Order: sequence, then C-alpha cells, then structure tokens
Amino acid sequence: MLTNAVRPYRRLRQTIYNIVAFTILIIGALPAVWIIFTAFRPGNEVNIRPAIWIPHRLTLDAFEKLFGGNTDVAAAVPVRSYMWNSIRVATLSTLIVLILGTMAGYAFSRFKFRGHTLIFLFIMLSRSIPGVALSFPLFLLMRKYDLVDTVHGLAFVYVAVNLPISVWLMDGFFRQIPPELDEAAYIDGCGYWTAFWRIDLPLALPGISAAAIFAFLASWNEYQLASLITGTPDAKTFPVGLYDFTSQFTVDWRGMCAMSVLMIIPAVVFVLLTQRSMIRGLTFGAIKG
Amino acid sequence: MLSLLTERFSSGVFVIMNAFTQVMGIIWRLLPFGYLWNLVPYDRRRTIFPLLLIVPTVIIILMVVLYPLGYSVYVSFTPLNMLRYEKTFHFEQSTMWRNYERLKDDEIFIRSLKNTILFLAVTVNTEFVLGLLLSQLMARVTWGQGLLRTILMIPMMFAPVLVGFQFAWFFNASVGLVNNAMTSLGLMQLNDPKPWLVDKPTGMIALMIASIWMNVPIMTIILLAGTLSLPNELYEAAEVDGAGFLNQFRHITLPLLRPFILIALTIRSLDVSRAYDIVRIMTNGGPAHRTEMIWTYAGRMAIRSNRYGMASAISMAGVILGILFTLYLFRQLVKSRVVY
Repeated sequence: MLTNAVRPYRRLRQTIYNIVAFTILIIGALPAVWIIFTAFRPGNEVNIRPAIWIPHRLTLDAFEKLFGGNTDVAAAVPVRSYMWNSIRVATLSTLIVLILGTMAGYAFSRFKFRGHTLIFLFIMLSRSIPGVALSFPLFLLMRKYDLVDTVHGLAFVYVAVNLPISVWLMDGFFRQIPPELDEAAYIDGCGYWTAFWRIDLPLALPGISAAAIFAFLASWNEYQLASLITGTPDAKTFPVGLYDFTSQFTVDWRGMCAMSVLMIIPAVVFVLLTQRSMIRGLTFGAIKG
Repeated sequence: MLSLLTERFSSGVFVIMNAFTQVMGIIWRLLPFGYLWNLVPYDRRRTIFPLLLIVPTVIIILMVVLYPLGYSVYVSFTPLNMLRYEKTFHFEQSTMWRNYERLKDDEIFIRSLKNTILFLAVTVNTEFVLGLLLSQLMARVTWGQGLLRTILMIPMMFAPVLVGFQFAWFFNASVGLVNNAMTSLGLMQLNDPKPWLVDKPTGMIALMIASIWMNVPIMTIILLAGTLSLPNELYEAAEVDGAGFLNQFRHITLPLLRPFILIALTIRSLDVSRAYDIVRIMTNGGPAHRTEMIWTYAGRMAIRSNRYGMASAISMAGVILGILFTLYLFRQLVKSRVVY
C-alpha cells in the first residue's frame, strides 16, 4: 500500500494513539470513579488523612443508612420522597416539553412564515437569561398562583427552561426528513395536521427520544430554580436534597456520594441507550442549513 | 452485546412512544379544533398552521421568562428592599438610575464582572481547545470506539451541583483529595495543607477546572461527530501530496469543521449561567469576594441584604452578557449555514 510506504511505523503509531486516548479519558473520568467508590466504602475510611487509596472492603452501609435500613433512627434525609419528586418533576416536564417542542420544531423546519428567524432567535435567547435575573419575580408569580413548593409548579418552570433546546433538536431532526413525503401526503388529501401526526412524527421518533433524554436530564439535574421554588420534602428534588448532607462546619461526604450514585443511575441508563441519536440530533444543523 | 441490548430497549421505547402518539391523536380528535380549523380559508392555512404550532411554546416562554424578566428590569429601577416593601417598591423618575449609578462605583461589582468575563473566556476557550484535540485523537482510535465514547460521556451525567460538591471536596484543605494526593507523593507536609479554594489565584482556577471538567465532553462529542463525517478522499489526496498532520489539520479539518465548531459553541453558550451552581457550592463568591461572579453577587444582594432593586440591577449585567454571547454565535452560525 502506498500509505505504508510513506509511513513505515503506521502500526506502532496507531497503537500509541489508542493507548494515549484511553489513558487520557480514563484519567479524566477518575474524579467520577472516586465519587462512586466512596459511596461503597466503610465510613471510617472516607475522611482520613493521610488517605487510604485502595478500599479495604466494599459495603452498602451508606445506602442502608440512606434508606433507613438497619439503623435505630429514621433516615435523616428523606431520600425516598426526593427520588419520587425528582421522577415526577422530570417526567411531567419532559412530556409537556416533548409535545410542545415537537410541534414548534416542526413549524420551524417545514414552514416559512413572517418572523420565522426572529421567533426562533427569541426562543433561543430565552435560554441564555440567567436564573438569578428571573428568580425573585418568578417566586412572586408562583406564590400568586399557589405553586410554590409543589411538583407541578416546578415542572411548569422546567418546561419553559427546556423548551429552547428541544425546539432546536427537533428542528434539526425534522429537517432530515425529506419534505417530498409531506407533499405526497398533501396530494393524497392529508391536512397539515394529519401529515404531521401520520408522516413526520413517526419518522422523527429517534429524534424525539434524544430530545426526551436532554429534557429529562436537564430537569433531573437542575438546582438553582428548584432551590428557589421548593423548600420542603413535599417537592424538593435530588439536587436540592444534596444540601441536607451539609451542616455548618462538616459535610457527610459518604452519604452525599451514595445519593449521587442514586442520582446518576438514570442518567447513565438514558445516555447509554440513546447516545447515537443524541449525537446525530445535536450536529444535524451543521450539514444542512 | 451492549448494542444488542440498547437496540432491544430502544425499540421498546419506540413502542411506548407510538402508543403515546396514538392516544394523543384520539384526544385531539375529541376536541372541536376541526370545526374551528374549517373556518380558516384555504389560502391562509399554510401561514396560520405553523403559527398555531408555535403559539403554546411562545406563551409559556413569555410567562416564565419574559414576564419575570420585565419585572426584574422594572425592579432594577426601584430601590426595592424586602424589609420595607411598601415604602420602597415604587418608581420615581428622578431616582430611577440610582442603582446603576451606584454599581458604576461599586468595586465589588466591577471585580465580579471582571471575574465573570475572565471565567467565561478561560473556560470556554480551554474547553474548545481540549475538545478539539481530544476529538482529533479519538477520531484516530481504531479499537474500543464505543467504550471510549462511553468513558468520555461520564462527566456529562453529573449534575452541576454534584460537580460543584465533588470539586469542593477534592480541593478541600483538610480532607481534600488533592492535598491527600500531594502528601502521598511527598510534595506537601502532612501538617501544612494548602487551602486551595481560599487562596488567591487557586480558588478561581479550581472553579475553572470544575467547569471545564463538566463541559469538555459535550464539546468533544459534537466535534468528534463532525470529524468522523468529513470525507476521507480529501485526506488521502493530502497524503499523496505530502501534507503532514499539521497541514492536514490546518487546511482540511479546521475549515470543514467550522459549522460544527459553531454549533458546539452555541450549545455551550446557552448554558453559560449554569456555572452558577458550581460557583455557589464551591466558594459562593469566595472569601472576601475573591471568586465573586455576577450571579453570586446578585444572589447574595437579594437573599442576604434583601436589596432586590440592587440585585436586579446587578443581574441585568448577567442578562446582557448572556444575550450578547448567544447573539454573536448565532449570527456566525447563520452565516456559516449560508455558505454551505
């Protein structure tokens, strides 16, 4: 082969590339691994100086303590209700975001109308407003409608926060579907809505699942607005609940790590399942304007 | 094995989604929209239909983002203090610029603005360079691409709060991982730990490291997808012409990757204010405002001092920064799309 003549040490070079890439990424992932490991260590090994690097044994103590397993006192942190709240908030907001985001994304990708770019820009810019600027009036607004410290109030806010990115994603996915399909459907007597429901929506399902993951994880992980709107275990979510492990001078790092592991599980599952369509959705706009 | 599993599961997801679509279709048909839609003349339908699809999105964003933002702008022109709500929540022409005039001479505000800009400039640029290098490296790897990508995505799964706590712990003076590691390696005395988050430049650097660690993966993934989509023929031709790695990168990869770069930066710019979570947890503005950012300063002004008028004025700086950043990248994006 030509390339082998030009580059004699190709194989060696390739092996070096592979090893270097794996080394760098594994080093990069070490902080995360350390967090996960800490959750499974016995409590007396965690905050020790000098450090014990390799755990002597692995236990599930932290999780038992978290769920009030075999201790005499009830669990100090109401993890169950946090988890349930997080699931409810994330699911509810994701469903609404998907319905609205798909509709808006379809409109932006298929139709030309006055103010097309302007409205798209407006939706995107709404995302870049920092939460600090919104927090106080938003709190007043929520209080007026009795939504403070409720799951659906928080979910409603998350809908607005997550809409821009899902409109962006869905716009990209609908552009991938050839518009000729729609035109054929119109000729066969489909209305706009039927063409959307019957033709484009089923074809965009991989994109919808990617947008769903994004919206779900964003609401699952959001902290700032949740800390503002929720305050009691009735509506507190995981990220806000992490604060329960801190007291004025000490932090229960092991409990926090255990809760983090619980928090990461859905993220890991979802990201692994949809990484392919997620990457495609994010980059699609680049290839075809 | 894993791919088989994912395929099984995602087909399950599709079944659920399909059922969901059916149910929504039935609900839709039960509503009297059809009759109203029949009233719209045919030649108008093509322009009205997309607007109907967009309206709910726009209404929700108006309610949750624009209305509070307008309120915030209004409040920033009043001397609102929550402890004396009735007395201070009023608007006067003569004193409307007072908050902003105070900010002009406020040293802490100037410092927080500088810190924010420095923080964003350093983190976004470093993330971009690291992401570019990493994506070029990963595009060349021949075995274990899927595994590699999974490892890369690990930091993406961590919530910003979690990243904040995690790095606050690592850089902690008495129990932190960094100090422990340095002690074990013999670089530091056991009884002389370094308070990373408290000292002058290291506090800021620690915040930046946390933010970079969290954001490099998404940058890398977008750039990697772009790199893998580039046509192979160009590189073969370049190789025949004797172009080395650097020349190939400079004259083929970089120009062709431009739209992907802009997308990566735009997506990143939509999340600039997410750094608030990290800063809030790791230092909360730091000892003596050393790591103060606009967001933390505004938050403290509102919650600790109850001076909401002032806090709103400060947060306007954050709003303007975010909008300018996004607007600039969007213009670039639109331009690059026209070329293609």
